[in-house]
Amino acid sequence: MELFADFFRELYENTGWNFIFLYEQYEFDRILEGMWVSTKLIVASLIFSLVVGFIGAWAQGANSKIIRYGVAGYIQLFRNTPPFVQILFFYFVLGNWVPTYDAGGYQEGYIDSFGWAVISLGFFAGAFNTEIFRSGIEAVPESTREAAEALGYTRLKSYIYIIFPLAFRVCLPALNNNLVNLLKTTTLAYGIAVPEMMYTANQIWSDNVNVVEMMIVLFVFYVGLVAVLVYGMHKWEKSMKIPGYG
Amino acid sequence: MITSLTRTALSAVILASFTLAATQANAANDRFKKVLDRGKLVVGVKADYKPWGFRDSSGKLVGMEIDMAQDVADALGVSLELVPVQSSNRMQFLQQGKIDLMIATMSDKANRRKVVGIPQPNYYTSGTNVLAKKGVVKSWSDLKGKPVCGKQGAFYNKQVSKKYGAKIIAFVGNAEAKQALRDGKCVAWVYDDSSIMADLASGQYDDYEMPMMTEDDNPWALAVPLDELDGIWGNFMSGMIYNWHSSGRLVELEKKWGIQSTQFVMDMNKRFEPYEAN
Repeated sequence: MELFADFFRELYENTGWNFIFLYEQYEFDRILEGMWVSTKLIVASLIFSLVVGFIGAWAQGANSKIIRYGVAGYIQLFRNTPPFVQILFFYFVLGNWVPTYDAGGYQEGYIDSFGWAVISLGFFAGAFNTEIFRSGIEAVPESTREAAEALGYTRLKSYIYIIFPLAFRVCLPALNNNLVNLLKTTTLAYGIAVPEMMYTANQIWSDNVNVVEMMIVLFVFYVGLVAVLVYGMHKWEKSMKIPGYG
Repeated sequence: MITSLTRTALSAVILASFTLAATQANAANDRFKKVLDRGKLVVGVKADYKPWGFRDSSGKLVGMEIDMAQDVADALGVSLELVPVQSSNRMQFLQQGKIDLMIATMSDKANRRKVVGIPQPNYYTSGTNVLAKKGVVKSWSDLKGKPVCGKQGAFYNKQVSKKYGAKIIAFVGNAEAKQALRDGKCVAWVYDDSSIMADLASGQYDDYEMPMMTEDDNPWALAVPLDELDGIWGNFMSGMIYNWHSSGRLVELEKKWGIQSTQFVMDMNKRFEPYEAN
């Protein structure tokens, strides 16, 4: 380990390539924390966006006009505004309406910047997920729907047990795309000071003037993460394959 | 998939080394001539650092450092083009040859001298302090474990978090950081004492104070491309700075922009005052 650190210290002294986090404890801890926060942020907003999409797609077919218009308005609002604007809006505008408590000179909100990032990113990707799920639902044949009804399923039960599982298989490739997009969009959370990978890399290159090196690290980190996600999604797609369907 | 991953990583490395090679390939000592030939001097300045470099109500870049940039252009007899830069990218602008000169409130640091050319003497100095609501914090040790707003790219973020255990929340711009302070999202805003003084003088922060002893008084430097430092361009800029100090121009500019006179600028003015010839 010591040898490893020495190698990169010498690399810096001899060539100017400064991978400082590989030989300085403080920066190493910082980048590890950044990776961890990024991973948490990605997992949390992926799950949140899927839940939003699942509920949204169901609500789109609701009997109540109010719910249907509500969902349509939500989709228009989040699809037609830039995600960075949404994050800033959630944090600086909505953030002030959430109750806070005095934590000794500063106000601790019940939702912190990480929470706001998850909420805004989740709603952003959720709007797309809703539309993606809808495309899948519309691909389920009318006869299947009628068969479920004939078997005595309620609207909600048939959505959960019959329609959604079939729809999900149809829209997986499109969903895949959107989730990869969401993963990359999480870097915008640096705008509200969530200490994720982009933010951390920015801090490190500001302190140590090693922009090129940190850019490469960022690049490799996100290529790796996306590869893992895409690999997982493909595995999942294969395992859910129904012979003769889709 | 593994192979495509390695391929992407490899191309990133190759791309990066190309960029490095390109910056080194800049022929040295021709910047001065280039500026004269083109009839235009391109200077990187701050656009969010009142009163050194900021936008006035019409959107024009103005401030103390913009006046300094104008002085340089006037001395060369060329026109001036201003490029707004950020703390986190200003040195790259210079390395990549996008600007001829950078006057952007930069602290003079040993690791920065390896990257950009810093002509002596320094033109200004400032230290680290915080802006906080009255009575909230009294000393640096009060910041331990508490959220402190800052700006991405400032060198003292690391020092304040390392030395005093403050939890730095760094934003992209000053406006966001100060908004977070006003919203009470942090106990204090860590920044340059001289800039905080300007904020306090603006009358927008009557409930706030600058409670600490200023730390790390550090000189500011303007910068030229590294390989131009020992050439005409670096030496020309050294001369400009010398004359700013000697003629009292910087003292005059501080007054013009409502900045409290700094001891450093007054001392330098005295030190470089011309000998009274008989």
